[in-house]
Amino acid sequence: MSRPTDLVQGTLDMLILKIVALEPSNGWAISQRLKQISSEVLGVSDGSLYPALHKLEQRGWIRAQWKPSENNRRAKLYSLTRLGRKQLEKETENWNRVSAAISGIVQLEEV
Amino acid sequence: MKVEQWFYSLSFRFRSFLHPAQVDEEMKEELREHLKQQIDENVAKGMPPEEARRSAILAMGGITQIEQQCRDARGGSIFADFLQDLRYGFRQLLRSPGFSALATLCLTLGIGANAAVFSWLEGILFRPYPLVAHQDRLFAVAGTARGETGATGLSWPDFQDLRRSCSLCEDAFVSKITGSTLSIGDHADKATGSIVSANYFDAIGVHPVLGRGFEPGEDVGSGSHPVVVISYQLWRDRYKGDPQIVGKMQRFNNVPHSIVGVAPQGFYGTFVGWAMQFWVPASMEETFEGGGYKLEDRDARWTEAYVRLRSGFTRTQAQQEISSIGARLERSYPATNRGRSIGIWPLWQTPFNNAATLLPTLKVMVAVVAFVLLIACANVGNLLLVRSLTRRHELSIRLAIGASRMRLLKQLLTEGLILSALGTVGGLLVAYWCRHALVLLLPRRSGVSMYLPGQIDARVMAVSAGICFIVTLIVGIIPAFQARHIDLAAPLKAESSSVVGARGKAWMRSSLVIFQVGLSFILLVGSALLLESLQKIRTTSPGFTTTSVVTTAVSLVAAGYDEPRAKLFQDELIDRLTALPGVQSAAFARVTPLGYGTYSSTPIVVDGYQPSLEEQPALEYNQVSPQYFATLGIPLFSGREFTRTDNENAPPVAIVNQTMVKRYWNGQDPIGRRLQVKGRWTRVVGVVADSKYESMRETPRPFCYVPLRQDFVKGPALNVRTDQSLPALSAALIREVHALDANLALYEMITLQEQVNRSTSPQLVAVTLVSILGGLALVLAGVGLYAVMSYAVAQGARELGLRMALGANALKLLRLVLSRGLRLTAGGILFGIGAALVLTKLLAQLLYNVSPHDPLVFASALAVMTVTAVSASLLPAWRASRTDPARVLRD
Repeated sequence: MSRPTDLVQGTLDMLILKIVALEPSNGWAISQRLKQISSEVLGVSDGSLYPALHKLEQRGWIRAQWKPSENNRRAKLYSLTRLGRKQLEKETENWNRVSAAISGIVQLEEV
Repeated sequence: MKVEQWFYSLSFRFRSFLHPAQVDEEMKEELREHLKQQIDENVAKGMPPEEARRSAILAMGGITQIEQQCRDARGGSIFADFLQDLRYGFRQLLRSPGFSALATLCLTLGIGANAAVFSWLEGILFRPYPLVAHQDRLFAVAGTARGETGATGLSWPDFQDLRRSCSLCEDAFVSKITGSTLSIGDHADKATGSIVSANYFDAIGVHPVLGRGFEPGEDVGSGSHPVVVISYQLWRDRYKGDPQIVGKMQRFNNVPHSIVGVAPQGFYGTFVGWAMQFWVPASMEETFEGGGYKLEDRDARWTEAYVRLRSGFTRTQAQQEISSIGARLERSYPATNRGRSIGIWPLWQTPFNNAATLLPTLKVMVAVVAFVLLIACANVGNLLLVRSLTRRHELSIRLAIGASRMRLLKQLLTEGLILSALGTVGGLLVAYWCRHALVLLLPRRSGVSMYLPGQIDARVMAVSAGICFIVTLIVGIIPAFQARHIDLAAPLKAESSSVVGARGKAWMRSSLVIFQVGLSFILLVGSALLLESLQKIRTTSPGFTTTSVVTTAVSLVAAGYDEPRAKLFQDELIDRLTALPGVQSAAFARVTPLGYGTYSSTPIVVDGYQPSLEEQPALEYNQVSPQYFATLGIPLFSGREFTRTDNENAPPVAIVNQTMVKRYWNGQDPIGRRLQVKGRWTRVVGVVADSKYESMRETPRPFCYVPLRQDFVKGPALNVRTDQSLPALSAALIREVHALDANLALYEMITLQEQVNRSTSPQLVAVTLVSILGGLALVLAGVGLYAVMSYAVAQGARELGLRMALGANALKLLRLVLSRGLRLTAGGILFGIGAALVLTKLLAQLLYNVSPHDPLVFASALAVMTVTAVSASLLPAWRASRTDPARVLRD
């Protein structure tokens, strides 16, 4: 069982919000998307994805709706709420600031 | 933003609470779906089905764990948490029933006192008239005079003009209290009723259960519409609920009236304090009040009136319009309306009924019960605090096994909520039982049924719920202060507590006690001030003799006497009475001082006195018969009393009081000077001492008297000066009256002292209520002090034992504990004195000849508080002195 580090946890929320913002998706689709863009680096397991989804829903940042999917089954689709969009903007801005600062530091030339 | 988040979060949690199984199932389904897709994908990659499944489960990392993590992420339902806290809280309270009962009792008393006072405010001041529609828009109107506070009645023509021209008023009606003799069968009694305008029942939205209300035009003319609507109670009790009552005749004041309707049950009319038993239209006014036909007289200010404003308009707007109507009337009718206008008051400030007399008392009561509530809260908070210390063990274990501090705070608040909810329910019951308590405090008088109900309606419930909420916060948060300091290692450390050291962790308890003692000290000072003031009022001379004078009246108006017959009767009765053994003198007067009658008022012109341009000299006067001053024992300073020769054929004369001499004649003897009263020149023949006229608390004011014969009324009060007892005199009086006319009835016979006592009953109410609550506060503070001292002694047993082992004797330990208790008390008293010096000013309106800072009062409150404190600390101190060092140190 992999518990992501704090840094990754915060980033995971942001990534999920971003993915859901692109288009409403179900858990499977989100996990595939995550793997595509980051699995090598971040190592997000499905085990940590679902609790994160439920937490975001509880905070009111994403909303879940059951929609019929192909082959007569139904899927739980997550979409971004107005609150979630604000949160995403805030976190993205935060991320940009922090990452700029960090890359500024690590790029300092050693004397 | 915040609100939106709350909304999402709440609806989300609400769903978890309502459908926990469904929510859980959906979550599982979601995970199963994921798994299935993973398996499909693995199969598509070419894995054998079994291998595909195993690999998928491995990739997810344990379904059950993920499920649990999801549940945790969703958070528990707050409702489920709350129910759990509630169950747990009840268990905790049941575990220590003594504590719980004491805490609930404290809160019941505290909240009950508040609920009772608020229900009185509602039932007496804000919504005083059961069944009357739109009381929120109902206002009292009365006459005002420039340069004077207070109110007079409105004349009927002024009222009619107001009603016609007030555009903001939806309706206006008159309701003037009156009385009547009422004989049904062989039983004669007195009844209280209202003289009303014909639109009365329609205007207040009350519809008689039998028959009808009044018809337009029934309030026109002199004695032209002898119709009456009777109260439900009168109909049920005196007419045995006769279903054929409508159309029957009934004599009121000896005039046959036709009963046209029966008012609904639970309708008591529109006079705060008294339940009305009948209503007659204004055309019958003369029959009840005497004094001539007044419906066309702008100078006869007799009506008490109300207006209902159109919705959406304020009193200020209405006052503006009504003032301009008053100004117009003043211009059109200068002879009668000069210097006069019309005022509008909210119901709770109605100047002409008991709202006005009870308002100052009830205002003070609001502050007093708030104090009692704070004291009760401090007490319960203290009890909870002491208990939370004994619960440290439990709380720190809960923290250690993972409860969040937030959750513990919620738990403590829930326990507070249980206590305050129980207290609120109990408090509402207390208020319900006390709803008629005010009536018990007021003196009974015959022929009047007092009605001062507390009313527990939605608004009182809402206030009580608000109080419950505040109490929950207070009593829940006080122990939370302590819980804040709990650390996980606490159960392992030894408790070190000191009896003497009030510092450290005991500061909270100590300051609560200081707070309580301070508040109850304030209440003690308040009750002592009111008591002192009542004492002063009761012992101050009103300026006339009270003990040996009996006052009553004869029902000449009711018996239909005309003026010559009434004059003859009055002279004959005085002759017969003065001939009685034990009777020194007897005299009639239109109004007896401090009674319920109102004096006539008049503009005056004083020979040789030049009023300023804005000034309109006016005063109230009384019509009295010869021997009046001798009978009441009012000293005559110069000149003479009225005599029998000062009659309608003699030149008009007047007697003035000292203040009038000072004000208008610069203190020079005015005998022989001229004075215009009611537009007629009189000559001053005497000067008498000032006395009290309407209230014991009034300041001296100009006043004058004219002979009864020169300004005649048929039904004046009779005053008899005697050295006989009231029952003996009473029998003789009835005998003499009946010897002249067997049909005449006498009104209630009381001594002037009784009359004075009745006039001071609002002060009595205030004293009684504040004393009861002051006593309650004192007991609560005593209990608080006792609890804190007991706890300190129990916790400090080890230290006490050590001191004893080291040679301190029992007396020393007793002193040690007592001095700690007294130190707390001293702190409280200091705080109390400071606050009382500021707060007692609020009582000024109820005080008479007592300074709100009276040192004697403060000293006696100090003494009472000290005695209470010593008694509360004595038992714990005694227990401390009995500490057995061997046992304590061994444990």
